[in-house]
Amino acid sequence: MNENGQAIEGANGHAAVKLTRKDFQTDQEVRWCPGCGDYSILAQVQKVMPELGIPKEKIVFISGIGCSSRFPYYMNTYGFHTIHGRAPAFATGVKVANPDLQVWVITGDGDALSIGGNHFIHALRRNVDLKIILFNNRIYGLTKGQYSPTSELGKKNKSAPMGTIDYPINPLSMAFAAEATFVARSLDVDPKHLSTIVDRLAKHKGSGFLEVYQNCNIFNDGAFKLYSDREVKEDRMIPLEHGKPLVFGKNKDRGIRLNGVTPEVVTIGENGVTLDDILVHNEHAPEPNLSYILGRMQYPEFPVPMGVFRAVERPTYEEMLAGQISAAIQTKGAGDLEKLLNSGETWFIN
Amino acid sequence: MAVTTVEEPIMTKPQIEDLETVTIRFAGDSGDGMQVTGTQFTATSAIIGNDISTLPDFPAEIRAPAGSLPGVSGYQLNFSSRDIRTPGDEPNVLVAMNPAALKVNIKDLEAGGILVVNTDEFVENNLKKAGYAANPLEDGSLSGFRIFRLPLTSLTLKALEDSSMPFKQRERCKNFYALGLMYWLYDRPMEPTLKWIEEKFGAKPEVAEANVAALKAGYNYADTTEIFTVHYHVGRATIKPGKYRNITGNEATAIGFITASQLAGRPLFYGSYPITPASDILHELSKHKNFGVKTFQAEDEISAIGAAIGATFAGHLGLTGTSGPGIALKSEGIGLAVMTELPLVIIDVQRGGPSTGLPTKTEQADLLQAMFGRNSECPVGIVAPSTPANCFSMAIEAVRLATKYMAPVFFLSDGYLGNGSEPWEIQRFEDLPEMRVKFRTEPEGFLPYLRDEKTLARPWAIPGTPGLEHRIGGLEKQNITGNVSYDPENHDFMVRLRAEKIQRMQQDIPELDVFGAPHGRVLVLGWGSTYGAITTAVEQLREKGCSVSSAHLRYLNPFPKNLGYVLECFETVIIPELNLGQLALLVRAKFLVDAVSFTKVKGKPFKVAELVDKIREYL
Ligand code: SF4
Repeated sequence: MNENGQAIEGANGHAAVKLTRKDFQTDQEVRWCPGCGDYSILAQVQKVMPELGIPKEKIVFISGIGCSSRFPYYMNTYGFHTIHGRAPAFATGVKVANPDLQVWVITGDGDALSIGGNHFIHALRRNVDLKIILFNNRIYGLTKGQYSPTSELGKKNKSAPMGTIDYPINPLSMAFAAEATFVARSLDVDPKHLSTIVDRLAKHKGSGFLEVYQNCNIFNDGAFKLYSDREVKEDRMIPLEHGKPLVFGKNKDRGIRLNGVTPEVVTIGENGVTLDDILVHNEHAPEPNLSYILGRMQYPEFPVPMGVFRAVERPTYEEMLAGQISAAIQTKGAGDLEKLLNSGETWFIN
Repeated sequence: MAVTTVEEPIMTKPQIEDLETVTIRFAGDSGDGMQVTGTQFTATSAIIGNDISTLPDFPAEIRAPAGSLPGVSGYQLNFSSRDIRTPGDEPNVLVAMNPAALKVNIKDLEAGGILVVNTDEFVENNLKKAGYAANPLEDGSLSGFRIFRLPLTSLTLKALEDSSMPFKQRERCKNFYALGLMYWLYDRPMEPTLKWIEEKFGAKPEVAEANVAALKAGYNYADTTEIFTVHYHVGRATIKPGKYRNITGNEATAIGFITASQLAGRPLFYGSYPITPASDILHELSKHKNFGVKTFQAEDEISAIGAAIGATFAGHLGLTGTSGPGIALKSEGIGLAVMTELPLVIIDVQRGGPSTGLPTKTEQADLLQAMFGRNSECPVGIVAPSTPANCFSMAIEAVRLATKYMAPVFFLSDGYLGNGSEPWEIQRFEDLPEMRVKFRTEPEGFLPYLRDEKTLARPWAIPGTPGLEHRIGGLEKQNITGNVSYDPENHDFMVRLRAEKIQRMQQDIPELDVFGAPHGRVLVLGWGSTYGAITTAVEQLREKGCSVSSAHLRYLNPFPKNLGYVLECFETVIIPELNLGQLALLVRAKFLVDAVSFTKVKGKPFKVAELVDKIREYL
């Protein structure tokens, strides 16, 4: 029952309560810097949660290390703040042990792509039903301002006073390469978009990956400003909608056309370009090639795509494991310890 | 060709001589099937009532060049009509299938021992690969042994003349030919192996027939040609009545953990990354999915422990297994399990190190790594099985302690235990400890770090339980509430509390037994796989009237409560270890005992004779 004493039927037949955003808040003081983009992400996740109709005891938030990884402490669900980069491994264990739980992974660019790159890749390729949100602020915040694997080449910061000489990695490219079945991007400053995408992620079954552009106002302020600011966003970002042509701009007159395997920005109505020439977005394409091309589009050459790049279904790791267990029980019978202990060549000594 | 150097007139019926104990080693190229030969001889010996103990010796390379020294694979087995505890110091018999096998193993063969060689392989090319300048069969260098020169390959091919199998496959049956010879020499029945061949190759009748033919041909050759003038009988050992099976340490470990999971009433989750010599545990566990066992072959060692901890958090029995280098990678994960006070068992099948070291060889040098190998004050329980079969009981103990105290526990096995085998009296389920785990379900008064008064364990509250939503993690926690706390007083308190909790396991572990008199001149204190050699050495000396006893630690953190007292009852304490004195360091530090550390790090177990000599110095 909720605070008002009303009991209602939950989504999966449980006598559940209608939860509110407040039910997902904890009494812990939120310790991010004032103005940090993390607040917005927390707010949207707390907003989406009650709408999912899942009792909160069935939800687990698992994080690694970094500013973003404080997240579980602020969610009134089960939570596990683990070690740097390894959250997907812990989450895999939780989900495999109890597939009935909804398991979220909260991570950052350093956590997921640097120290935890390996686990990130393998959790995705196994298609474990995990909801991974990567807070990408392109900097190390918690350790106070070193460059991260997504920092732009040449960026000056604490550990690279003359500018970085590391080429950055693209988180989406990695996710596609790792066979993720759900890949999306959103940003902290657009709560509406963010909550829609979080909701999509929550409902996807399989390894889901959401990159959120998150502003670190202390160490990397304005990292996404050039295209996320209200005045320019329509011209510099492009929304992805399944089955719709990839058009953008205030007047919806520009779009993305494929020239061979190279995307190009074209203006509809100019040089004979019509709407029919514009690439139509398909989230469900079996191969991620086109989504990969979109995922690599960057400002200023291209508008930055926002939304769901890929959403396909395939059996999950935990389902297949459960399937093997039932198959083994079917063929061999449920485990009989007496039989196991007495297996192999045995003999009696009298 | 088939010549024996034993100069006795040919008799119509060879004599049978009784022997108490025989150590035999089969050695050949890795492709020669020596492991199969050894395990078959072992199984048959067990079935006819001998006590047995074995030690396989694998090459580190999977496919070293044929005929080369690194490609030699061996299997040693000790069988006896009395109680034995080791695979034997020096083989009495060596079967060498090629020059490389001879070269690698001949130094271990006892003086005057029986040497059977496959002369077909002693050709120039093979001799060169083994580094022989001259043929050792002809230069007199083997005159100190009773040598039997047999063209095993040609004899096998001759026996399989009628087989339609390709040449290469027929040739590969020579190990069964050699096994047949040895069965005759040591008066063993062929039936168990015939039955095994039938079961194993039933689907390929050609292969089954060829192996059967080779085995019988070998046996009959020995019987009819009288190359061996004597054959030997090793009688039944007086073994405790009961039902037995042969078991390797790694099998016993896997089965032990499955049993523990049944006793605890929780499914087993095994997170592991392939590594020698622990992989067999992963293989074995993955066969038993019908027990609800979930095996997870992780992308690396860190993920393996991470997933195991995650599964534990969610209410499974989390288990991770590896060898020393893997433990190094898991250290941070172990720290998190200590901090979050979750029951987790970490298996370390130790091998020679440091670094990649000697992957296929045994060592006991991870004790201090298990004890201290993490940042800060990070105590864990440690148990160590003493024999291959004892892996079963200690696996259950590891789980019992971990779940009761909500703390990680190390299970320190080693390559020698893992691959070695011995007969195991099959345990009955009803004789096993009661250890069903209970989760917290009552929301009223729940706090994640509230403690049991006796064990200091915090409640195990698993996701999915309504009303118990809580957060745990690696940051220091306030006692009782489990909230993140940077308070200096709380940290000091929690560091001591975590240590105290492990220490309290002492109330739940058995006291240390002394083998021999409870007082005396010398106590030999051991741990882990040295049990067999130490006990045999002490037994031999005691039979000669020496004042020596032994005690073997199966619980290393905490130590049994009476250890201090036991140490005080002897004038000298000797601690033999396959490392540079790690237990000795702990014992000296804790009990201020001037223990004698006796160490060896050759990738091989102690020989009984080495221990006897060392102990004698102090008698
Ligand atoms: S350092 Fe940056 S990312 Fe971290 S809390 Fe502060 S603003 Fe947010």
